[in-house]
Amino acid sequence: MNTTSTHFVPQRRFETYEPLNQIGMWEESFKNNGGLYTPGSIIIPTNEKTDSLSEDTSHGAEGTPHKFDQEASTSRHPDKIQRRLAQNREAARKSRLRKKAYVQQLETSRLKLIHLEQELDRARQQGFYVGNGVESSALGFSDNMSSGIVAFEMEYGHWVEEQNRQICELRTVLHGHVSDIELRSLVENAMKHYFQLFRMKSTAAKIDVFYVMSGMWKTSAERFFLWIGGFRPSELLKVLLPHFDPLTDQQLLDVCNLKQSCQQAEDALSQGMEKLQHTLAESVAAGRLGEGSYTPQMTCAMERLEALVSFVNQVRKKA
Amino acid sequence: MDKVMRMSSEKGVVIFSKSSCCLSYAVQVLFQDLGVSPKIHEIDKDPECREIEKALMRLGCSKPVPAVFIGGKLVGSTNEVMSMHLSSSLVPLVKPYLC
Repeated sequence: MNTTSTHFVPQRRFETYEPLNQIGMWEESFKNNGGLYTPGSIIIPTNEKTDSLSEDTSHGAEGTPHKFDQEASTSRHPDKIQRRLAQNREAARKSRLRKKAYVQQLETSRLKLIHLEQELDRARQQGFYVGNGVESSALGFSDNMSSGIVAFEMEYGHWVEEQNRQICELRTVLHGHVSDIELRSLVENAMKHYFQLFRMKSTAAKIDVFYVMSGMWKTSAERFFLWIGGFRPSELLKVLLPHFDPLTDQQLLDVCNLKQSCQQAEDALSQGMEKLQHTLAESVAAGRLGEGSYTPQMTCAMERLEALVSFVNQVRKKA
Repeated sequence: MDKVMRMSSEKGVVIFSKSSCCLSYAVQVLFQDLGVSPKIHEIDKDPECREIEKALMRLGCSKPVPAVFIGGKLVGSTNEVMSMHLSSSLVPLVKPYLC
């Protein structure tokens, strides 16, 4: 009776059943006696059996201490013994179940972690950029579009490394004396490198225009000087001009002309951008989002930027 | 096509644009900055918009607008115009048409 009840219980959910079970056990012990409460006659056999059970189920660790207790006080407080034993059994069961639950939790968490890691790897390859994720999901882009962005970021990382290398090379070369031809070839390489960057930006712009326009791949300092996905070439000219001495008069004139035309072109483009933002805001307000219309325009703007900076580089070349 | 050729020779500097195209607007602004007042045809207001677009594309523009004609000859789109300006070859081209 009692033993069978102890057998049953582990297979059920303990938390809810335990108090009932304990009550159940007591009820059964009462019933067995036909209502008479003679703990002595009941306890001893059940104790032995429960002892063996508790040893089996609790790997002996919990069973043994109780034996001492119960042998010492069996004769004096049998009900306390039984109560203690029952409580101990329950406690043991509880702890076993808690342990089981905890282990299961750990297992599921582990599986989840592995799954997430796999997903992350897959997403990295497919191109899910966490920082861009909110934007993309908000605009409803598919994963395919973000893959290009991550690809761009990686490429940009490589580009920057290559750029630093070229800069170091140029620096060392300038300290020494190199032939004009070598210098020219180095400058050519640098320009090709920049053209590469522009091509990358172009492809990225085709994929996610907002990303490129907001310059998310750049450092925060660079973003401070941001203008249509890059910095203003005219600013660059301003910075470079003092370093260009000695320049011949002709070169100076050329540079000034370039600066002026650059500024004019930039102004025109900036006004175009304003108009674009204006029309976009209007379309959004009117409830239609003409996405398809502005994306190609943005790629054009990107190409424009390329041309602008390329001419700045031509100045460098002339100098 | 004839219409395009006719329209492009109407004035020294002719720009085909669309009211919705912002790069066309940028090109217009650039010419205004240079002191030229180009003739602007907004082809989306024209009933023959499609034909004009096709004609412009056939002339060699990858996109129909903005298309800039100087002296009746096609210069190109935003790209070409800006490049020319940066290489200082645009100003001499529009000089005869300055106001």
